Amino acid sequence: MEKLLDVKNLHVSFDTYGGEVQAVRGVNFDVKKGETLAIVGESGSGKSVTTKALMQLIPMPPGRIKEGEILFEGKDLAKLSEKEMQKIRGKDISMIFQDPMTSLNPTMKVGNQIMEGLIKHQKMNKTQARKRVVELLELVGIPDPESRMKQYPHQFSGGMRQRVVVAIALACNPKLLIADEPTTALDVTIQAQILELMKDIQKKTDSGIIFITHDLGVVANVADRVAVMYAGKIVEVGTVDDIFYNPKHPYTWGLLGSMPSLDSQDAELYAIPGSPPDLLNPPKGDAFAARNEYAMQIDLEQEPPMFKVSDTHYAATWLLHENAPNVEPPEAVKARMKGMATNASSDTEGERV
Amino acid sequence: MDNYKPQKELFVPVERNEGESEKISRPSLSFWQDSFIRFRKNIGAMLGVFVLIVLIVMAIFGPMFNEYGENDQDLSVAKMPPKIEGLGWIGMDGTLTTVQTADTLEDAERKALMRFSNQEEFIDMTVLSNGANGEAEVRAVYDPYAAKGLEENFWFGTDGLGRDLWTRTWLGTRISLFIAFLAAAIDLVIGVAYGGISAYYGGRVDNYMQRIIEILVGIPNLVVVILMILILDPGILSIVIALTITGWISMARIVRGQILKLKNQEFVLASRTLGAPDNRILRRHLVPNVLGLIIINTMFTIPSAIFFEAFLSFIGLGLPTPTASLGTLIDDGFSSIQIYPHILLFPAIVISLIMIAFNIVADGLRDAFDPKMRE
Amino acid sequence: MTRYILQRLGYMLITMFLIATFTFFLMKLLPGSPLAAADKLSEEQQAIVLEKYGLNDPVPVQYFNYMVNLAQGDLGISFQFDNREVTTIILDRIGPSMQLGFQAMVIGTILGMLLGLVSAIYHNGFLDYSSTFLAVVGQSIPSFVFAGILQYYVGVRLGWFPVALWEGWEYTVLPTISLAIFPIAIAARFMRTEMLEVLGSDYITTARAKGVNKFGVVFKHGLRNALIPLITVLGPLAIGLMTGTLVIENIFAVPGIGEQFVKAINTNDFPIIMGTTLLIAFLFIFIVLVIDLLYGVIDPRIRLAEGE
Repeated sequence: MEKLLDVKNLHVSFDTYGGEVQAVRGVNFDVKKGETLAIVGESGSGKSVTTKALMQLIPMPPGRIKEGEILFEGKDLAKLSEKEMQKIRGKDISMIFQDPMTSLNPTMKVGNQIMEGLIKHQKMNKTQARKRVVELLELVGIPDPESRMKQYPHQFSGGMRQRVVVAIALACNPKLLIADEPTTALDVTIQAQILELMKDIQKKTDSGIIFITHDLGVVANVADRVAVMYAGKIVEVGTVDDIFYNPKHPYTWGLLGSMPSLDSQDAELYAIPGSPPDLLNPPKGDAFAARNEYAMQIDLEQEPPMFKVSDTHYAATWLLHENAPNVEPPEAVKARMKGMATNASSDTEGERV
Repeated sequence: MDNYKPQKELFVPVERNEGESEKISRPSLSFWQDSFIRFRKNIGAMLGVFVLIVLIVMAIFGPMFNEYGENDQDLSVAKMPPKIEGLGWIGMDGTLTTVQTADTLEDAERKALMRFSNQEEFIDMTVLSNGANGEAEVRAVYDPYAAKGLEENFWFGTDGLGRDLWTRTWLGTRISLFIAFLAAAIDLVIGVAYGGISAYYGGRVDNYMQRIIEILVGIPNLVVVILMILILDPGILSIVIALTITGWISMARIVRGQILKLKNQEFVLASRTLGAPDNRILRRHLVPNVLGLIIINTMFTIPSAIFFEAFLSFIGLGLPTPTASLGTLIDDGFSSIQIYPHILLFPAIVISLIMIAFNIVADGLRDAFDPKMRE
Repeated sequence: MTRYILQRLGYMLITMFLIATFTFFLMKLLPGSPLAAADKLSEEQQAIVLEKYGLNDPVPVQYFNYMVNLAQGDLGISFQFDNREVTTIILDRIGPSMQLGFQAMVIGTILGMLLGLVSAIYHNGFLDYSSTFLAVVGQSIPSFVFAGILQYYVGVRLGWFPVALWEGWEYTVLPTISLAIFPIAIAARFMRTEMLEVLGSDYITTARAKGVNKFGVVFKHGLRNALIPLITVLGPLAIGLMTGTLVIENIFAVPGIGEQFVKAINTNDFPIIMGTTLLIAFLFIFIVLVIDLLYGVIDPRIRLAEGE
């Protein structure tokens, strides 16, 4: 399938008083049509910055795209001017944000907020736009759209607001939808509804989705492929099956191990000790080494390259090197994997790419 | 890098120290250290501090720099222009200049001479336009220091009664600063006590105390200040009383609001849950968070008190003559602004500098104390 | 909403009553009387004067009469201007004061908002630093010092505008500018802070993600949200202007209430002082009320919450 988006060696930095914070340090990934890529990682790992940088929505300055290419349908977005970018935002790529309570303009009627993009990108007149807004509101499951579109955001509940946010994002049938933790701020039941809604819409429109989250449960539910981010880098990428049943990076082990599940009540959660490194002075070698109980001497000296595990599965850890000792994931993680795995392969050595 | 083969011996597990992963990589700073560092980086605020120090030093020692007294009147040297040796190039050369126009050159020259009481030998006349087209213009520069044979210079000139303005300006600054500091200190004490008690006891006490404040806030302080000054005898103390009678309210509200907000905040609750004694909570949580606001508010009170003092002098409710304050000096200066602007100039510059410096320093402190600003 | 307004009007009356009472008794404590201005009167003449001003009645009766008259808009008779009612004097002089205050307020807030907007849009740029600096200076320097600078340089030296009196629009220029500096500075600083905060909020990112351009982001999405808090400073600004007119009218010899007020202070004309004080208090309370109501008009959250 053709690549909709291809990000190559993306570096994003913020220039602060303290110095240059390297929030994203060389990220590669791609998204195909109709595919959902989940980016997971803890707070501060650079997932939001990466996706905001795709749309040039990071505050510039202090932020800047230091190097790298963002190829969207063959066009490098990193080189576009603000003016050119405005033609792409909302039309070809749109975004759903985390907090529906703050991501709608409180002093503007909901209908007008949805209409804005339609009038700008599709050159609709008011009547056409209004008709489309009603359709959109119906699509996202808001009852009585005719009267709801004349209301202000504070008259909507949190879940309803997020539906409005989704409607805004879908207004112009974007080819790529970026969802930045769209369900984190919502109740669990509402979460499920919004996720179902997004899956439905994707089926209808065949758009690519980048789904940012730190909730692995959500990932299993929606994603085709998963990229795990840590300290501004992608440390492991693969299909959902690869990541859940055959994880290779110790950080992914940690993430999986710290996810509670119903069928493992007796097992202890496996917590990753410590906190992420300060990206003002990223550590030498593997950024995860300080928190990695399997760390080797080389982790402190050299950054690991991406090792190929299978055609779809890559991970950046020296543990996959032929010289590395054979390391098994911790028991808690293994138990979890066993619970899920049926057909996972168990190669412990990868092939460098 | 792809072709680089790492050495085999590097692939050995290393012992990780327990706790190393928890290491915080930036130095930990206390609230005050952190604020101080941020304040010091603020060039504008540091400049403000410098200006304030200079002005305060001048207010204390300035009047001692020459031997003129505050109330030494000498009508023979009234309205002398400012003269500082070596500063002639910024206009402090001790001369007065006038430009006169008339129908003919003679008329214009006569007008110019009259303006400086006909002391022709000390007047330097320049013809700007000779009157050929029906309008003549001359510029006359008069040197009153030479005319009066004065050896000594009046650095800031003299006023209408021949009093030295250098001495009076710095004494006036001293009085104005004194009034402002006193008013700010009283506001601080009353406001913090009232707000603190109201927030600390809460419940019914708080309720009554807040009702009182609500009523007082409804009364414009301009009205209160004017009424108070009218019934009290004019003087420094009356002005201070008038300024503080409603001035403490904003402080009380800020302190109460902040304490109430903090009292219910998670980190205080957490600290209480962990068994911290009351005085630790007070010392570590309440005081640092409230103190910043108190300092900032005080820093804003001072310039507003200085302004009000000057304002009162202006509408005739200020200090009685012959006491000098920045307000009375400026009020004085306006009466002869068209001919002798220097009488107004120096007190106006000083009051403006004080106000700007205090406001900039207060802004700088506000930014420095605001943890959101931390980078 | 109606109930709210009525409630607020009720509070307003109570405050006015308290201020009037307070003012009345303060005046009774003062040594001045109409006789201070005319001490060469015979005993009979003095008695007539006292009778005329109702000063022979016991204080409670005087208080009662004063309050009744006040309720009818009668502020008494001036000590200085024989037989002239304070209300008439104030009405005669309110025009120039109102005009000055209004001009300064409108010019000040509009210019200030523009300055603040420029600051916020070019955040941390040269324009931002210079307009922030100007705003700090404008906020700090007292209006009478500005008035002095303008009067001397623009009025006397350059001769562009008349330095005093009130005989046409050109006479309003210098006093209006002197008064407008403070609102400009305050509005600019406030607008900058609010706009920056708004521009950093999530819904602005949403708008940008829709492809809205910079102009649309600032004016369509930002402005209204930034204006809501700006309303809070309008009150203090209006009060600052009232304080300002008292001195500015004197400097430029504008025949307004402020000039009359200062004259009254210097001649112990208590009925005028009292009347003007009450007028200032009334305007102050009235402005606060209007601003509270304005909130509802601009902010849909408040408007609808009240309406439901």
